[in-house]
Amino acid sequence: MSRDAEMIREISGCDPYRCMKCGKCSASCPSFNEMDIKPHQFVSYVLRDDIESLVNSKSLWKCLSCFACVERCPRDVKPGKLIDAARQIVERQQGGDYLKADEIPELLDPDMPQQLLVSAFRRYRR
Amino acid sequence: MKYSYYPGCTLKNKAQDLDRYARASALKLGFELEEIPDWQCCGGVYPLGSDEIASKLASVRALNYAKEQGQDLITLCSACHHVLKRVNDDMKNVQDISDRANNYMKLDEPYRGETKVLHFLEVIRDVIGFDELKKMVVNPLTGKKIGAYYGCLTLRPGKILEFDNPENPKIMEDFIRAIGAEPVIYANRNECCGGYISLKEGEMAQDRTKKIFDNCTDMGAEMLITACPLCRYNLNKSEADSKIPVYYFTELLAEALGVKEDC
Ligand code: SF4
Ligand code: SF4
Repeated sequence: MSRDAEMIREISGCDPYRCMKCGKCSASCPSFNEMDIKPHQFVSYVLRDDIESLVNSKSLWKCLSCFACVERCPRDVKPGKLIDAARQIVERQQGGDYLKADEIPELLDPDMPQQLLVSAFRRYRR
Repeated sequence: MKYSYYPGCTLKNKAQDLDRYARASALKLGFELEEIPDWQCCGGVYPLGSDEIASKLASVRALNYAKEQGQDLITLCSACHHVLKRVNDDMKNVQDISDRANNYMKLDEPYRGETKVLHFLEVIRDVIGFDELKKMVVNPLTGKKIGAYYGCLTLRPGKILEFDNPENPKIMEDFIRAIGAEPVIYANRNECCGGYISLKEGEMAQDRTKKIFDNCTDMGAEMLITACPLCRYNLNKSEADSKIPVYYFTELLAEALGVKEDC
């Protein structure tokens, strides 16, 4: 197992070996259509040690952290946490943030709740 | 009855309605919200990484303060409710996180998840009771067809939040009945509104909220209620033809209890 695959397991605390490939996570995922690697595939990529594809996947930035996949997985694999761990690996590298501070002014609108900004900051950058 | 109250960043700013109507309603219902002094923002989303400690400390401080007061802790915002309950669960059940957070904080007595965290709706359900609430209603919202919009953060993960059945919740429907209106059940009530995705991927949030409005209006809803400022924002930004008004549940509560004008 590569160091990155190990890190994904450590950060997420998940055991991808438990997956029985039922697909329920992907069936539940509201971002399914937008994802290049679907939640159930994400688990297989970790098992195959193909972390390179995961850290380059746009799925990292399409996941809503809604925990539908976590709640509904019959094997308690928690694919959403694996996706977050891959996101962490990217963000912990220099220049890995998906949201840059100078982007913010353009994205603001006067009705926007603080909750949106703090949540985006936490999910999109270190 | 007094509770430690954690309002959170948004209730002090863009979601002042959620807070204001709750405080007035609480007094009417016979309990008091004592705001935790110097509370810090919970961060809006729970830090998922099992090696994340620093980002959880703001929650631990608030939880520990409530413990020192000997009070249960109440929150209103779905996100604060989610984050505080999950961090509390870490402090209670995840030895490594709990030890490391305690090592850092150096409290007189370690914090081990002793505080009970309650959502405002849980206080109504479990302490006051929906039957009691019903008796206190002076302006019933008779004839209104209201959809409860739970979203994702209030319910999941069900085992940790223990708020209601995550797939078939009824606490908000019971609330709607207690204030004299008619709840409308629809499939998307516990599906995500898009959350923070609306910041950078507006179309994805449009797609989510359209599905929610199409679904709830199909089932006959005339308005939605929510406990989450971000859900409300995303829903209000929807361009769907089926869009209907979205209220904080506390506004309807204050109205039903006849305290809305005092707010
Ligand atoms: S729901 Fe769980 S067991 Fe089923 S494919 Fe997804 S991760 Fe694997
Ligand atoms: S947490 Fe992410 S991957 Fe899981 S269902 Fe929600 S959007 Fe999909």
